[in-house]
Amino acid sequence: MLNPQGPIATAERLLLFNATAIMLVVVVPVILATLGFAWWYRASNPRAGRVADEGYEGRIEFVVWSIPALIVILLGGVIWIGSHQLDPRAPIAAKPKPLPVEVVALDWKWLFICPEQGIAAVNQLVIPVATPIEFRLTSATVMNSFFVPQLGSQIYTMGGMTTHLNLLADQPGEYPGFSANFSGDGFARMRFVAKAVAAGEFDAWVKAASQTGPVLDAAAYAQLAQPSEAVPPMTYRSVAPNLFERIIEQTTSGAAAIPRTSPHAAAGNADPGAGAAWCPPVKTGG
Amino acid sequence: MLGRLTWAAIPFDQPLPLYAMGVVLLVILAVLAIVTVRGWWPYLWREWLTSVDHKRIGVMYVALGLVMLLRGYSDAIMMRSQQAIAVGSAQGYLPPDHYDQIFSAHGTIMIFLVAMPLVIGLMNFAVPLQLGVRDVAFPVMNSISFWLTAAGALLINVSLVIGNFARTGWMAYPPLSELAFSPDVGVDYYLWSLQISGVGTLMTGINFVTTILKLRCPGMTYMRMPVFCWTALAASMLIVAAFPVLTATFAMLLLDRYLGMHFFTNDAGGNQMMYVNLFWAWGHPEVYILILPCFGVFSEVAATFSGKGLFSYRSMVWATLGICVLSFMVWLHHFFTMGAGANVNAFFGIMSAIIAVPTGAKVFNWLFTLFRGRIVFRTPVLFLIGFMVTFVIGGLTGVLLAVPPVDFVLHNSTFLVAHFHNVIIGGVVFGALAGYNYWFPKAFGFTLHDGWGKASFWCWLIGFYLAFMPLYVLGLMGMTRRLEHIPDASWQPLLLVAEVGALVIFLGILCQIIQLYASIRTRAARRDLTGDPWNGRTLEWSTPSPPPAYNFAVLPRVETIDAFAEIKRRGVAAAPEPAYEPIEMPRNSPTGFILSFFAVVLGFAAIWHIWWIVILCALAMAVTVMAFGWSDFRHHEISPGEIARLERARLAGLPS
Amino acid sequence: MTLTAATDFVAAESARGRGGGGPAPTRIVVAYGFWIFLLSDFVLFSGLFAAYAVLRHETAGGPTGAELFNLRNVFIETMCLLLSSYTCGLGALSAERRRPERFFVFAALTFVLGAAFLAIEAREFAGMVGKGAGPGRSAFLSSFFTLVGTHGVHVTGGLVFLAYMVAQVLVKGLRPPVLRRLLCFSLFWHALDIIWVGVFTLVYLIGDFH
Repeated sequence: MLNPQGPIATAERLLLFNATAIMLVVVVPVILATLGFAWWYRASNPRAGRVADEGYEGRIEFVVWSIPALIVILLGGVIWIGSHQLDPRAPIAAKPKPLPVEVVALDWKWLFICPEQGIAAVNQLVIPVATPIEFRLTSATVMNSFFVPQLGSQIYTMGGMTTHLNLLADQPGEYPGFSANFSGDGFARMRFVAKAVAAGEFDAWVKAASQTGPVLDAAAYAQLAQPSEAVPPMTYRSVAPNLFERIIEQTTSGAAAIPRTSPHAAAGNADPGAGAAWCPPVKTGG
Repeated sequence: MLGRLTWAAIPFDQPLPLYAMGVVLLVILAVLAIVTVRGWWPYLWREWLTSVDHKRIGVMYVALGLVMLLRGYSDAIMMRSQQAIAVGSAQGYLPPDHYDQIFSAHGTIMIFLVAMPLVIGLMNFAVPLQLGVRDVAFPVMNSISFWLTAAGALLINVSLVIGNFARTGWMAYPPLSELAFSPDVGVDYYLWSLQISGVGTLMTGINFVTTILKLRCPGMTYMRMPVFCWTALAASMLIVAAFPVLTATFAMLLLDRYLGMHFFTNDAGGNQMMYVNLFWAWGHPEVYILILPCFGVFSEVAATFSGKGLFSYRSMVWATLGICVLSFMVWLHHFFTMGAGANVNAFFGIMSAIIAVPTGAKVFNWLFTLFRGRIVFRTPVLFLIGFMVTFVIGGLTGVLLAVPPVDFVLHNSTFLVAHFHNVIIGGVVFGALAGYNYWFPKAFGFTLHDGWGKASFWCWLIGFYLAFMPLYVLGLMGMTRRLEHIPDASWQPLLLVAEVGALVIFLGILCQIIQLYASIRTRAARRDLTGDPWNGRTLEWSTPSPPPAYNFAVLPRVETIDAFAEIKRRGVAAAPEPAYEPIEMPRNSPTGFILSFFAVVLGFAAIWHIWWIVILCALAMAVTVMAFGWSDFRHHEISPGEIARLERARLAGLPS
Repeated sequence: MTLTAATDFVAAESARGRGGGGPAPTRIVVAYGFWIFLLSDFVLFSGLFAAYAVLRHETAGGPTGAELFNLRNVFIETMCLLLSSYTCGLGALSAERRRPERFFVFAALTFVLGAAFLAIEAREFAGMVGKGAGPGRSAFLSSFFTLVGTHGVHVTGGLVFLAYMVAQVLVKGLRPPVLRRLLCFSLFWHALDIIWVGVFTLVYLIGDFH
């Protein structure tokens, strides 16, 4: 997030810096005073002036409460304005028509559907630069969080629910994206690349994608929804109509529930082969 | 007959945990053997296991917390090592399945079975003494509370050898924690351990609210109570108001898992965000349940070791109560990224920032307490200074995370991890260790070794900064939490620094163990005969160290705050021997020990679906409670002659 | 009364008001502690009420409250519980006046009314499960069975508590410790009534109109 590549991420970094600066005004003196007082008023210092007990000091008490209160009033304004300006639902004011993208979190990969282009991609998000992207997100399984740090805000993806997010990339480039909410054993490898390209390049990519790759119909989706991790990027040349809505429907009706069995034979109904292939399952430790 | 429990539950194919547990079992057996051979059982049973003395229970709570700290720490170092090694093509030494259990266990244990017992232990030990009374309101219930907490701790550790622990993170968010996605027994271990220890904690809350509001020595009006008692009151009220929510939430998840209900499932209308809301409706107050009593400890330490009264006592009290109320209005800041509207996020963001006002006022009050004081640098003061410096940094990052758009990019990152370790280590752990060093001589009659104490402080402080400052930076670089494999090789150097920090913290723990050992070895030389080794200001220092079972031969009568400082100022200590009256003290009771024995077995049987044992244990627990409820003679009387004998013996031992 | 005596009296009174008068007697402490316990129980129920409020319309295509609830039965059920609270109160008064024989009569009435409440509730539950509307059918029914069932479990616990207290009175008579426990029982029983009023209104009345 220190190297933002879009207006949302840039604004969020600015907010971080501003809020930090506001608070440092108080925090630095407090730290210095703590260390200073502790050192100067050490029992072995004969030069320190001391008192046995202060009475009640109304003026100091007033100051004691008003300093943090003032800071918080200032920050409250920052929070209010920032929350509204950077609301994930708020459309981004920019020239080009926004591009809708539907995002589905699966075990453990990301499915991106471009409904207007009728294509889909796994673990690869290709977007045109300087174009607002309107994300609609859900999960076909457990809760995840969709996050491309260099573009800005993350948002939860939840089964049976739809969340909304608006982002924009200023510069062409490849930005890492991942799930930021723990979702099980394949979580660490649930990564994708957000590739921002020039408008012409985007059209070329859409054209290429719509001519190659399999079709994402019900059967192909059922196949895709099986748990897997570190899936290499791939594309689908066409997508069954309203797949996003049907995934939500399937999730809420329970039809899509794919049990992720435990690698522990110990647990009674478990499948011992389901652990990561490269390492035998190991017991808990600590 | 044995439900889902089979031999396959024990990991014969994995030698490492088996060996580890074998060693632990051998150590336990060796301890039991020594106790048996030396004939210590009657002593242990009489003086500790069945004790209802709040001081003994407090000591046992702290001991439990420190032992579980070792368990929680070993989880921590395993995680740090995995993250330091498993970068790029390297896979590290832990597969995801194992790693996920470790971070889940680490969080669960550190919050529920380290921080809570340490804080509740200090409350148990100090509150009745500070209030000038002889025990808590319900001494037997107090013992039940402790033993149920210990039962939860035991059950969590059983998951090491039989079955496995949850792989869901310590919050156990559904639907990941639902049967569909976590079919093994891990989440059941999590739920049953925390339900059992949670009931214990709730009873502690009820007990301390009643004690502080209804049992105080004559003259101890509210505004004369030591600040630690105020913070204990606030924490107890929060327990009473928050823990039942957790119990209800976990009960719903249990019903989902055991009876196929649909509270939090994806299908049939369940709502996972309801769990998240309910969990944090408990979880945020929980943060203050932990930190408020530690603020109390620091207030006592600041006043005592500066040799003057706490600056602006009234401010402290109102700030404590303000935090207590506000803590229920901020829970949504744990999930700004849920997609709630801008108004909702802004409201909870501002409420969260407002908590910084009373907290900030407290920091200033400690600062002004040091100001113009005569600061004696004993170990607790080092923890106080370390806390003040560290905690304001944690406060700053906390307020940053309360700004919703900033949270959108830092949520669930290692920045968040660094933030809450910053306030929990810098606040709760430092507070608990300050309290441990501060009240130890009161509990055992001799002071702790100051050199080793200071060494442990420096290791904790430096270790903390080394371990968590890199995590702040990594969070800003976009590293999310709970990764068992690190995708970006450029993060490795900082992760290695964090690993070193964790090792330095281990040195701190080691210093504490050495400190305890060295102090016990040299206890004769460090005897505290006056009962007041620090020139204390509150009533606990007016008793001998360790205090007699009845605490006060005659209940003190107080007229000011800092009652003992006032008594010393007036020089009332040399008063003639008063006419003692008989004292009624609660009898020991095995109720707590027996109940929690059955609770462990019940929890274990429920985890493995062995229903006949569950029913038998439930009946046994009901019978135990009824047997206790039947007795009318729960007190024994100490005669005036006996009190006079004990008091004279004490005075004879005092240096004149 | 001289002026100083009056001031002293006021000072002493206000000290007591703020708790300066020393530890409270056992009866007060026990009742107070039990009240705090009841408050925590209310908090537990408020969690269940909240869950019910959130999930009330999540029937997942299954039956709704209006299709399942039989208000006539629920009304009889409610009357049983309210009446049992009345007899419980009379029992408590008899106990305080040291009239064990009257206490036994009222305790028996309380027990019978409480048991009748439970029987009606159990029949309602069994009927719903028989119709395929068990707790696993939908989120609405999960929250319904859990909320109402938790209250039912409390009533069951209350009946055991009552029987146990009757046994104590039989064996020990109405001694102060027994009276303290009876006081706790009464508080518990009345608290269950308060919760039931909430259940009756929020679950059955509102649910029936939708």
